[in-house]
Amino acid sequence: MAEVLVLVDHVDGKVRKSTAELLTIARRLGEPSAVHIGPGAETAQVTLAKYGAEKVYTFDAPEALEYLVAPQAEVLAALVEKTSPVAVLIPSNSAGKEIAGRLGIKTNSGVITDAVDVTAGGEGVETTQSVFAGSYTVKATVNQGTAIVAVKPNSVAIEAAPAAGTVEAVDVTVSDAAKAAKIVESKPKEATGRPELTEAAIVVSGGRGTGGDFGPVEEFADSLGAAVGASRAAVDAGWYPHSNQVGQTGKQVSPQLYVAAGISGAIQHRAGMQTSKTIVAVNKDEEAPIFELVDFGVVGDLFTVLPQATEAVKKAKG
Amino acid sequence: MNIVVCVKYVPDAQADRTFNEADNTTDRDGVEGLLSEIDEYAVEEALKIAESGEGEVTVVTVGPEQALDAVKKALQMGADKGVHVSDEAIHGSDAAATSLILAEAVKKAAGGENPDLVLMGMSSTDGVMGVVPAMVAERLGLPQVTYASELTVDGQGLKIRRDGDAASETIESSLPALVSVTDQINEPRYPSFKGIMAAKKKPVETWTLADLGVDAGQVGLDAAWTTVTSFAKRPPREQGQIVTDEGDGGAKLAEFLSAQKFL
Ligand SMILES: Cc1cc2nc3c(=O)[nH]c(=O)nc-3n(C[C@H](O)[C@H](O)[C@H](O)COP(=O)(O)OP(=O)(O)OC[C@H]3O[C@@H](n4cnc5c(N)ncnc54)[C@H](O)[C@@H]3O)c2cc1C
Ligand SMILES: Cc1cc2nc3c(=O)[nH]c(=O)nc-3n(C[C@H](O)[C@H](O)[C@H](O)COP(=O)(O)OP(=O)(O)OC[C@H]3O[C@@H](n4cnc5c(N)ncnc54)[C@H](O)[C@@H]3O)c2cc1C
Repeated sequence: MAEVLVLVDHVDGKVRKSTAELLTIARRLGEPSAVHIGPGAETAQVTLAKYGAEKVYTFDAPEALEYLVAPQAEVLAALVEKTSPVAVLIPSNSAGKEIAGRLGIKTNSGVITDAVDVTAGGEGVETTQSVFAGSYTVKATVNQGTAIVAVKPNSVAIEAAPAAGTVEAVDVTVSDAAKAAKIVESKPKEATGRPELTEAAIVVSGGRGTGGDFGPVEEFADSLGAAVGASRAAVDAGWYPHSNQVGQTGKQVSPQLYVAAGISGAIQHRAGMQTSKTIVAVNKDEEAPIFELVDFGVVGDLFTVLPQATEAVKKAKG
Repeated sequence: MNIVVCVKYVPDAQADRTFNEADNTTDRDGVEGLLSEIDEYAVEEALKIAESGEGEVTVVTVGPEQALDAVKKALQMGADKGVHVSDEAIHGSDAAATSLILAEAVKKAAGGENPDLVLMGMSSTDGVMGVVPAMVAERLGLPQVTYASELTVDGQGLKIRRDGDAASETIESSLPALVSVTDQINEPRYPSFKGIMAAKKKPVETWTLADLGVDAGQVGLDAAWTTVTSFAKRPPREQGQIVTDEGDGGAKLAEFLSAQKFL
C-alpha cells in the first residue's frame, strides 16, 4: 500500500491531538508514515505508533527549527521524492500552510488548505473545505503531483490503531537558502493549564463588553474545561494576548461549543468561529449581530449572567 | 529602498459571496470588490518605510479588470506606481499559478531582479489560504519572513516580531526579503483628498502574461493543480432561542448546556 506522509505537530516530542487526527485520516488513504522534525522523536514515537504510523521518519538537526518553515519544506520534499506518497497531510495552522505551499512549488503538486474532511475518492484524494466564513461547502481534488492537504484541527474523531512505528532517520542537508530567516529569540507563552484554542472542544471568548475584566469569562471557561478566546477589540486594548484572538486575523476555531460574551459579531470575528457546532452568546444589546448566529442567546449583562451560569455548571457537574 | 507590495482585489465579505455555476470559480463580477483589508496594512508599512528614508513603493495586483480598483486605492494611500496584471487566461488560477504570475510580476516591476523588499498581507479575505507569500518566496529564492506584527528595516537587513502558536518570536533576515504582515503592525491611513487627486497622475502599467513571459498554458482553470468538483450553499442556521435575562439568564444558559449534553 502506498505511503501517506503526516507532518507531526509537536512541542519537544509532545504530540498535538491534531496529529492523531491526521493519522486517523491517513489510514483512509494508504499506509501512514509520520514525519517528526526536531527533538523528542522517542517520546513522540509511542503516540504516533498508537494512532497508526507504520513508519516514523525523523530529522533532528538543530537547523530544522532554527529558521522559519523553509527547512521543514525541504525535509518533506526529500521524503516525497523518496517515498512517492499518495498524499502529504499537514496541520492547517499558519506554519503548516506555509510548509504546504512551499512543498507544492518544490514538488509541482497541488495544495489544498483548510480541509475539514479528506477521503479516498474515485479521482484520488478528495477534500471538503468550508469557505466564505462557513457559508459554502466546497469539494476539491488535486490533479497534479502529490496531493498536499492541510487539514484543520477538530475535523475527525481520533481512533487508535496500533502499528509498528518503525523509526527511520532521514538524511537531508538543509540548503543555505532555507537558512535565511533566522529565529533569534523565542519567548514561550505562559502555560495557562487550559486546552489549546484550536483544539478545544469548548471555547469561551470575551470581547470589548468585558471592559477589560476577563475574570467572569475565564471562570466560566474553567467550569466547562474550555479554552479562552478574545475578539480583536479586546486584544487591541491589551486585555488579552494576541495568540488568543479568534477571527480572520487570529485563530480559526471550530469547537463543539463556542460562547461569545460581550462580542458584537463583526464579520471578521465570525470568519474565525462561524463553523462551530453550537454557538451561544451573552450580550446586553438584543440587536447585536452575533444573535443571528446563535443556537442560544442571553440578552443581558455578562457580569451577572456568566457568574450565575458558572455556579449552575459547577453544581450540575458536582 | 525598492519596495513592491502585492495587493489582492477580493469580493466584499459583507456581500453575499458565491461561485460561478459554470466552472465552480469564485464570482468576481456579481459582487462588489475591494482591496483585501489586510493588504492595506502591507501598503501602510511600505509607505512608512519609504517615508522614513529613500524609497519607492510599487503595488502589484493580479486579477480581472475591476482589480485596478485595488491598485488605485493603494496609490491614493500614497504608493508611487501601480502594476495590474490582467489576462483572460488567468481566470480560475489556483494558488500555485497565482504565485507564478506574482513572482514574475514582482521581478519585472523591479527591473528584472528581486526588489529590496516584497510586502504582502498574511492572507487574503476571500481565499484566506495564507500560502501565496510562502510560495512567492520559494519561487524567488527570497528569505520568507511572515506574520510580522512589528518590522524594522535598516540598510543591511530586517527584523520582525511575530506571535507564533507557542511563542513570541523575533526573526532576522538579510535583504532582499519577502515579508507578510498582520493587522497588528500599524493603523492604515485613509486616502486624503490630496492623495486621491495625486493618484490620478500616478503611472499604472497593465501587463499580460506575454509581457511577463509566462506561458498561458501554465495558468488558469485548465492548468490548475487543484480542481473544485462541487460547491454547495450551507443551509442558513436555524434561528436560535433567545432569552432576556430577568435574573435567571445564567441558570437558563446552564440548562441549555445541560440539555445539549455539554455538562
Ligand atoms: C483587517 C481586519 C481584521 C480583523 N480581524 C479580526 C479578528 O481576527 N477577530 C476579531 O474579533 N475582530 C477582528 N477585526 C475587528 C472587527 O471588525 C471588530 O472591530 C471586533 O471584532 C469588535 O470586537 P468586539 O465584538 O469585542 O467589540 P464591539 O464590536 O465593540 O462589541 C462589544 C459588544 O459587547 C456588548 N457589551 C458591552 N458591555 C456588555 C456587558 N456588560 N455585557 C454583555 N455585553 C456587553 C455590546 O453590546 C457589544 O455588542 C478585524 C478588523 C479588520 C479591519
Ligand atoms: C474559497 C476559496 C478557496 C480556495 N481554495 C484553494 C485551494 O485549496 N487550493 C488552491 O490552490 N487554490 C484555492 N483557491 C484559489 C486561491 O485562493 C487563489 O488562487 C488566490 O489567488 C491565492 O490564494 P489566496 O487568495 O488564498 O491568497 P493568500 O495566500 O491568502 O494571500 C496572501 C497575500 O498574497 C498576496 N496575493 C494573493 N493573491 C494575490 C493576487 N491575485 N494579486 C496580488 N497579490 C496577491 C496578497 O498580498 C495577499 O494578502 C481558493 C479560492 C477561494 C475563493
